Amino acid sequence: MYRRYRVPSVWRELNQIQRDMNRVFDTHSPIRTRTAPSYPALNIWSNEEGLVVNAEVPGIDVNDIDISVVGETLTLSGVRKSEDLEEGSRYHRQERGSGKFNRSVELPFPVDIDKVEATFKNGVLQISLPRSEADKPKKIVVKSA
Amino acid sequence: MTEESKALEVQKQEVTTLEDTERTRECQCFIPRADIYETEEDIFVVVDVPGVDESSIDITLEKNVLTINAFIEPYEIEGYAPTLTEYEVGDFQRSFRLSNMIDHDKIQASVKDGVLRLQLSKAGQAKTRKISVTAG
Repeated sequence: MYRRYRVPSVWRELNQIQRDMNRVFDTHSPIRTRTAPSYPALNIWSNEEGLVVNAEVPGIDVNDIDISVVGETLTLSGVRKSEDLEEGSRYHRQERGSGKFNRSVELPFPVDIDKVEATFKNGVLQISLPRSEADKPKKIVVKSA
Repeated sequence: MTEESKALEVQKQEVTTLEDTERTRECQCFIPRADIYETEEDIFVVVDVPGVDESSIDITLEKNVLTINAFIEPYEIEGYAPTLTEYEVGDFQRSFRLSNMIDHDKIQASVKDGVLRLQLSKAGQAKTRKISVTAG
């Protein structure tokens, strides 16, 4: 009989098991938090109409944050300034970081760039990105013949 | 300043409850990152508490232990489902033991853009005094 795949079937079987296991862990693990690859950590919510992106960026001046959307990539960049210390002061402890940051994230669908809005309150940045009209799911009406 | 500034950190640190006590509030609790520095007159405590405003911070000073409690209402965005979760939202709690040299009546606290700033005045005798050394 003609065989389409040359991969031994045991490997296919193992791949299938791996996918199943990943699915189990992804959906049932009590900790669903993913470690952010770089600052800031993001939380993203979505529905059919669009996305909401949140980030905790305490102590950053709103004017020091740049939000840009290119294609389906959202980029947050900016700088968190370090404290302005008086002459002669010294640190007992310093845990709060400072410096430049740049974070890009791939969005699940194209967004309407003109309607992107961002708010900043108590150190939390919230960006709402409405889905572009052309990409919204269309309902298909079934006609009876 | 000769000290190097610290790099930005991504992950929040969760409070691990000691002994058998449990939190009464259901949400998680984190240890906020803090800077403490001293000038000639004051000690400054700067704490990152994103999402907190002036009405939801509790600061107490009891027997030289300064405790900061910041409460956050866990929220969900109506009609949206979480797609990516890289951080959890929760309360903040941290305590510091102060030395006796703080003037307890002169503590100022303010919060702006998710950063709490405490200014603790040093009591009279704790201010830096220069001691002159005489040759003899």
